[in-house]
Amino acid sequence: MLAYIARRIVYVVPIIISVALVCFLLVHITPGDPLVAVLPADASQELAAQLRAAYGFDRPLPVQFGLWLLRALHGDLGNSIATGRPVLAEVMRAVGNTVTLAIAAAIIGFTMGILLGLIAGYFRETWIDKLATSFAIAGVSVPHYWLGMLLVIIFSVELNWLPAVGAGPGGSGAWAWDWAHLKYLVLPAITTSVIPMGIVTRTVRALTGDILSQDFVEALRAKGLHERGVFRHVIKNAAPTALAVMGLQLGYMLGGSILIETVFSWPGSGFLLNSAIFQRDLPLLQGTILVLALFFVFLNLLVDIAQAAIDPRIKRG
Amino acid sequence: MLIKTTPTRAALIALLALGTAAAWPRVAGAETVLRIGMTAADIPRTLGQPDQGFEGNRFTGLTMYDGLTGWDLSSADKASVVIPGLATEWKVDDADKTKWIFKLRPGVTFHDGSPFNADAVVWNVEKVLKQDAPQFDASQVGVTASRMPTLASAKKIDDMTVELTTKEPDSFLPINLTNLFMASPAKWQAFYDKAEGADAKAKSQAAWTAFAKDASGTGPWKMASFTPRERLELVKNASYWDKARVPKVDKMVLLPMPEPNARTAALLSGQVDWVEAPAPDALPELKQRGFKLYANEQPHVWPWQFSRVEGSPWNDIRVRKAANLCVDREGLRDGLLAGLMVPATGTFEPGHPWRGKPTFEIKYDKAAAQKLMQEAGFGPNKRLAVKIQTSASGSGQMQPLPMNEYLQQALAECYFDVQLDVIEWNTLFTNWRRGAKDPTANGSNATNVTYAAMDPFFALVRFLQSSMAPPVSNNWGFINNPKFDELVKKARQTFDPAARDAALAELHAASVDDAAFLYVAHDVGPRAMSPKVTGVVQPKSWFIDFSPVSIAQ
Repeated sequence: MLAYIARRIVYVVPIIISVALVCFLLVHITPGDPLVAVLPADASQELAAQLRAAYGFDRPLPVQFGLWLLRALHGDLGNSIATGRPVLAEVMRAVGNTVTLAIAAAIIGFTMGILLGLIAGYFRETWIDKLATSFAIAGVSVPHYWLGMLLVIIFSVELNWLPAVGAGPGGSGAWAWDWAHLKYLVLPAITTSVIPMGIVTRTVRALTGDILSQDFVEALRAKGLHERGVFRHVIKNAAPTALAVMGLQLGYMLGGSILIETVFSWPGSGFLLNSAIFQRDLPLLQGTILVLALFFVFLNLLVDIAQAAIDPRIKRG
Repeated sequence: MLIKTTPTRAALIALLALGTAAAWPRVAGAETVLRIGMTAADIPRTLGQPDQGFEGNRFTGLTMYDGLTGWDLSSADKASVVIPGLATEWKVDDADKTKWIFKLRPGVTFHDGSPFNADAVVWNVEKVLKQDAPQFDASQVGVTASRMPTLASAKKIDDMTVELTTKEPDSFLPINLTNLFMASPAKWQAFYDKAEGADAKAKSQAAWTAFAKDASGTGPWKMASFTPRERLELVKNASYWDKARVPKVDKMVLLPMPEPNARTAALLSGQVDWVEAPAPDALPELKQRGFKLYANEQPHVWPWQFSRVEGSPWNDIRVRKAANLCVDREGLRDGLLAGLMVPATGTFEPGHPWRGKPTFEIKYDKAAAQKLMQEAGFGPNKRLAVKIQTSASGSGQMQPLPMNEYLQQALAECYFDVQLDVIEWNTLFTNWRRGAKDPTANGSNATNVTYAAMDPFFALVRFLQSSMAPPVSNNWGFINNPKFDELVKKARQTFDPAARDAALAELHAASVDDAAFLYVAHDVGPRAMSPKVTGVVQPKSWFIDFSPVSIAQ
C-alpha cells in the first residue's frame, strides 16, 4: 500500500508543474493589457511603461514564469494588481468560504443522491424508480443559476425566510456556526447540491441495479442471507465507483461556481475568479487557478488512495 | 372615575416610568444604518486612490477623503461644478503660468487626529509622482497620474500654503485635482515604522496594505471595519470640517453585489436599503412595491468615435451629420432602454457651462439625413458600408449589443450598411489606445467605447487634440483639425474660470458642429431604494453625496 501511495505522489509532481505552466500561459495569451486594472486607457505612454516595469511585465515570458514559479514554490503567489493585497491570503480566504459551501452542498447532495439512487436501484422500473430518476434528471438539467434565482425569489423576496445574498450578517470574517449565519448558507448550498445529487443518484442507481443482477447476489440470497446482509454487499461493491464519482463532484464543488457564488454574492473562489477575470488581475487569476487545480489534483490523489484501501485489486493494478 | 393609587401600584408605576426613561435614550439614540449594494465585485481600494473608475471614487474616495477641490453635489438640476475642498482658494502665478498657489483650509484634521497642512499635500502629491519618495506607490499611480496629466510637483510655501507646478500652462488643474485624495501621512508613517520588509520598498508596500485596512482621510465618513470583497463599514465623522455635510446616518455599510438580479433581490428582501443599477426588468415591480427610483443625466457619453484616417467614409462631414440625424434617440430611450438614458446632442447638454452654442442641431430628422447622404453620393442603390468595433459588455457600455443593433437598423434607412465587430471589453479598451490605423482595429472605421465627461481633458481634449492621437492618448480616429488644436490651447491657457469655461464651450460647440462623434446617449445612473431612505439628491454627476441621506428605523 505504501509503495502504491508513493508511486501516486510521484505522479503528482509533473502534473503540478504542467498545471502551473498551463495556467500561466492561458492567462498570458488572452488579449488585452495586463495592467488594465490600474492603468486607464488614457494613461500616457511614459506612465504605462513605468508601471509595466514596476510590475515586471516588461520581462520576457519565460523569465516571468520562472520568477513566478520560484516564488510560488516558496508560498508567495505575489500581490493582486487591482488591490495590492497578497494573492495567497485572498485565495485561501475565498477557498475557505467555498469549502464551507461545498461541504454543506456535499452533505445535502450526496445524502440525497445515495438515498435516491439506492431506492431507484432497488425498485427498478417501478414508479418509485421513475420518480427518483426524474429528480436526478431535473438536478442535472436545471441551470443552477436559474434555480438559485428562483429560490431567492421564493424564499427571500416573497416569503422573507432566508437572506438573498452574502455570507453572514457581518460577512464571512465573522462567521459562526449558528442559525443567524447558517441561514445564509441554505440557498446557495441547495443550489450547489442539485447537480451532484443528480449525478450521484444516477450512478448509485445504475450500480445498484447492476450489482443486484449479478450471480453472487443470487448466490447470497440462495444461501439464505437476509436482505440487510445482501444490502451490505451491494453497498460495499458499489462504494469504490460511487466514491470516485463523489470525489470528482466534491472536486468540482471545491473549485467553486462562478455563477452560483455571483448570484448569492458568496465570497468564495468562484466569486474571486469572476472578479479577477473582469478586472484582468493576472496574479490573482493565476494564483486562484493554480490553487484550485492543486486542490483537484490532491483530491484525486486522496480518492485514488481511498479506493485502493477499499478495493485491494486497484493497488495491485 | 378616579384611579386609586396604592403603594404597590405606585411602586410599579415608578418602576415602569424608570424603565421607560432608561429605554428612551436608547430608542432616541438608536444607531441608524444605511446598507448599499454596489455594482462592483470588490470593495474599491480604500487607501486613498480608489480603483474601479468613478464608482470607486464615489464609495471609497469622496466618502473617506477630500481633495483640494471637490464637486458641488447639492443640486439635481444644475450641472455639478468644481468647488473648494481642502483648499479655500487658488490662483495661477501671473509671471509663470505653470505655478499655482493653493491656500489650505485651516483647522482640518485627519481621522487619526493629525493635522492637515502643506506637508500633507506635498506628501500626497509625491505618493504618486516622486518615485524615490518612501510613500511612492506604483499601484496608485495609474489611476491618479492619468487624471492630472500635467501636474509635476508640489512645494510647501508655509504651513497653510502650497505651490503646485505643472509641466505646461494648464487651466484644468483645479478640476483635475478633484481626483487626488488626501491620505494621512502620520497614519501611514506609523504603519511604515512598524512594517516588516526586506527593504524600504517592501516596507512601504506593507504600510500601504495596512493603511488600506485602517484608513485615515479627512472625509465625512471614517472607516470602521473592512472585509475585503465582502463589506466596508463606514461611520460618520461627527467632527467633519464642513458642518453642513456631517452625515445624518450613523453608519453606512457598502456591499459588493456585481449581479443585478442579486442586488435587486437583496433590496426586495430588505437585506439592503439602496442598490446601484437595479436589474432593468425589475423596475416596474420595484415601483409597484413602493421602492423609490432615482436617475439623472450623468457626465457620460455613449458614442461612435469615427476614424478620420485617409480613406475613411467618415471624413465627409455630410456622412457624419447624416448618421447623427438618422438616429431616433427618443425611440431608443422609450423602447429598448425603458427610459434609462438621456438622448445625447453633444458631449454636454444645454445648461452645462461647457455646452456652448452649436449651430448643428442633433435630432432625429431622417429626411435631412437621407438628403445629406444623397449629396455625399449615396442612396438606395449605392449604400455605404461601415464597420464598428464594439463589445458585448463592459463598464459604462450600457447595453452595447442591442443598442448597436438599434443603430444598425436606424442607419440602414439612411443608406448605411453597418457591420458590427464584437470583441471582448478589455480588448476593445486596449485597442482604443492603439488607434484606427492599428491592425487591431480589424478594418473598423468607428469604435464604440463610452467615456466619462467629468473634466475637459477626458471629455474633449484627449479626443480632439491632434497630439493626442495614438499611442499618446484616445484620439482613436486621428482627428487632426487645426481649429480644435487652437481652441484646446486657448482653453488650457485661459486662467479666469469663467473665461476658461467659455473657451471650453467654444471647443465643444465646434466639435458638435463638426459632428466629431455619433452622439447617442448619456447614462442616467439608476438607483433604487427603500421608502425608508430620504434626503437623497441625485446630481448630474458620477458621484452622490451620502451626507444628507437619512433612514427611518
